[in-house]
Amino acid sequence: MKNYLKLGASALALTLAASAVHADGKLSIYHWFEYIPQEVLDKFSAEHGVEVTMDTFDSNEAMLASLKAGKLGSYDVAVPGDYMVEIMAGEGMLDTFEPSELSNFGNIQAQWMDVSFDPGRKSSIPYQWGSTSFSVNRDVYSGDINTTDIIFNPPAELSGKINVLDSQGEVMALASMHLGIPQCSSDRDQLKALNALLQSAKPHWASFGSDTAKDVLVSGDVAVGMIWNGFSAKAREEGANVEYAFPKQGYVVWMDNVVLLKDAPNRDNALKFMNFLLEPENAAAITNYAQYTAGVDGVTAHLTDAVKNAPELNPPAGASGQFIMACSQEVQAVYDKIWTDLKK
Amino acid sequence: MAGGVVEKSTSNTSTYAGLGVFMMLPAWAIIGFFLVLPVATMLIYSFLTKEFRGGVIWEFSLAAYDQFFFDRGLFGDDPARIEWTYILIFWRSIWQAGMATFFCLLVGFPTAWFIATRTGANKSVWLFLITIPYWVNLLIRTISMKFLIRDTGPLNEWLMASGLISDPIHIINTNFAVQLGLFYSYLPFMVLPIYASVERYNLAFSEAAADLYATQWTTLRLVILPAVKPGIIAGCILVFVPSMGAFLAPDLLGGAKNFMIGSLIEEQFKGNAGNWPFGAAVSMILLSMVLIVLTFYARQQGKEGAH
Amino acid sequence: MAAKTDLRRFTGFLPMTFVCLFLLYAPLIIVMVYSFNDSKSITNWGGLSLRWYEEVFWGVESAKFKAAALNSLSIAVVAAISATTIATMAATAMLRAGRFRGKSISFALINLPLMVPEIVTAVATLVFFSAIGFTTGYLTILLAHIVFCIPFAYLPIAARMQGIEDVYEQAAMDLYATRFETFRLILLPLMMPGIISGFLLAFIISLDDFIITNFVKGAGIETLPTAIFGSVKQGIKPNIMAISTLLLMVSVGFVTLSWLVGRMGQNKK
Repeated sequence: MKNYLKLGASALALTLAASAVHADGKLSIYHWFEYIPQEVLDKFSAEHGVEVTMDTFDSNEAMLASLKAGKLGSYDVAVPGDYMVEIMAGEGMLDTFEPSELSNFGNIQAQWMDVSFDPGRKSSIPYQWGSTSFSVNRDVYSGDINTTDIIFNPPAELSGKINVLDSQGEVMALASMHLGIPQCSSDRDQLKALNALLQSAKPHWASFGSDTAKDVLVSGDVAVGMIWNGFSAKAREEGANVEYAFPKQGYVVWMDNVVLLKDAPNRDNALKFMNFLLEPENAAAITNYAQYTAGVDGVTAHLTDAVKNAPELNPPAGASGQFIMACSQEVQAVYDKIWTDLKK
Repeated sequence: MAGGVVEKSTSNTSTYAGLGVFMMLPAWAIIGFFLVLPVATMLIYSFLTKEFRGGVIWEFSLAAYDQFFFDRGLFGDDPARIEWTYILIFWRSIWQAGMATFFCLLVGFPTAWFIATRTGANKSVWLFLITIPYWVNLLIRTISMKFLIRDTGPLNEWLMASGLISDPIHIINTNFAVQLGLFYSYLPFMVLPIYASVERYNLAFSEAAADLYATQWTTLRLVILPAVKPGIIAGCILVFVPSMGAFLAPDLLGGAKNFMIGSLIEEQFKGNAGNWPFGAAVSMILLSMVLIVLTFYARQQGKEGAH
Repeated sequence: MAAKTDLRRFTGFLPMTFVCLFLLYAPLIIVMVYSFNDSKSITNWGGLSLRWYEEVFWGVESAKFKAAALNSLSIAVVAAISATTIATMAATAMLRAGRFRGKSISFALINLPLMVPEIVTAVATLVFFSAIGFTTGYLTILLAHIVFCIPFAYLPIAARMQGIEDVYEQAAMDLYATRFETFRLILLPLMMPGIISGFLLAFIISLDDFIITNFVKGAGIETLPTAIFGSVKQGIKPNIMAISTLLLMVSVGFVTLSWLVGRMGQNKK
């Protein structure tokens, strides 16, 4: 144990020493844990002589809460999900930049330029994107899975064997697609229908859970699980006979983005970092690590075959995904009430 | 216990009379500055207007408490009726925490007694044995527990292989699973305080009782239990109160299908709701309930002590 | 002597102790077994392998996890020692100092950290720290940990002290011992089981804390729980199981050491 501690201490000392050598500037990142490979950070440090420190959060909302509670001003960049970019912009937490400030700005894929949450990419660049729908254990069910009925009106053999993400936004969005109503609809009849749908579906569900969404599928505790596409690919690699569905009613698309924070202490380095992440080679390194999809042109050449050919990452033609919308205050209040009643 | 401690001590011991304020100062200072002030802020927050997506607007409002006690329908414009949702959630939390405390006491008391009656260095080895598992993070422990008790998990496989049962016992995602998880999360918090109060406890009393041919159980009930009461009460507080606000066991083992107070409050700060005043209000209601119970108990103890 | 044997062996107490140990350790067996899993899964067995230990010691993320483990352990030790000291003083004040100003609310105050839900403490503390201009970092984590450790240390210590009659101290004082000597030579040794229990509880509660730490930590500082909970984008891998097993080994090492020290002490007598 002494050796273990020693090893740890020396590793720590090394890291500190390494960063102290060329501390021309600093960069403070607010990020998810284990979502960026250390090599990529080291490469950036070495290329630009910038000392990088990273703080981590475990959910978009936790990040928002802690920025609101006083951490804004201590970070340069953060990595929020799509709807959270819009919320943060609305809160005045984001700084803007000109396309000319990023030489790699043109590498952003055309389809991710004019996104609803940041039209024209004024404060954000794409990081990784993916989809959320559900996976079905093919040993248990062999019928058609590309329909949201699997979750909300399941066949008898799947009833009681379903895990749903413990996330209001994703469940509400998928339920709205199932009903064919717009997200964040303020129409009373549609909201009532949404409420009724969830109440009638709940008896079919075994559990709500996000942290173990992958593990319950792999272990066979449930036969259907709402899940992110990258996690489903991992479940398959771990030996579960699961297939990821692209329901005809639609599925959720999400995108994590690197945003320039307001009052960033090192704005220049933040822009250097964002530019660095738009290099196809670096974006690909992150994709290979995280197993989602980059929103940058020219990455394909740098991807591993496993990532390139994963069915979860390549939606069939005709399937269409939607970003989760940030609802108005009135609609959100009704959503909260529906969610609380669902779990009371 | 609170008053028990206070009243008894004032009546019979004052070795360090005059030093009370001085010795109490570090606790007052650090808790006062780093907890009472922040919590006072939260108390104020509970009476403010919520800012959409977290935060508060500095305008007085009773909306948070109104939401707790009155139901105004899905769209908030029906005539007000009594809101049962949150009362139900409180009741569920109290019940689950109570059951967990009961199980902890059932297993923890004999264990504590057993450890306290070991000799010399063995005693501390036993104590460590109880706390070693807690070097592993709660999340990992809870996930392992989930793995253990699932329908096709080792527990059921073993029971079926040994012929004790023919169909797996369904534990996961039930209320019992939550109680088991809470029990597992807080067991040492029952064992150690009881151990502390029985260790080297003057056994003369109970030995005398045994000499007088009292049965084991009579001795336990009439002599030992009253003597270790402070430890049992401390243990019950340390298990029950944190269990009320726990969220990992309910989420992972209970399937998160029904809110407990901990998850409800968390949702207000970290969920989509972002309703800080309501989160603050629920916490203040919880806090005052616990305070009232503790104070009431302290009064009772005070009266008993006066006899 | 026969009576004493009876007391040491209450019917059913020994089996209950083993039930207790079994319940505590059964999930840990799973943790240890799966730390040697060749698969990336924490639920499916894929053969025996040391790959996760390799990753913990030499993997790309190893420096982060080591730093996190060191932070967790050092914070837990310092917070538990501070909280135990503060709690011991507070318990002595409450039980041995007669009446003094503010005594009646002190019990509620000491137990306040227990009663406030963690997430509320977390948000409130962060709001407060930023209001007074404290930069979040190692120190803010430490302060927050000391605060919520206090009741966990106080309750066992006070429970212990309640069982100690003050005749011993009175006798010492009668023999002209100073109050400090009485405290050090009489009360402190008698309270030791309570102090050890309080310290151990404070230590494990600090080691386990996620919610509060997650809010009050500053850039670049992780503890093991924040690293583990933060891994949601990648999912929980068996490397966490390997780290947990290593931590268990460290703690078993401590126990063996303390047992050996204890035995040496006995032999000297």
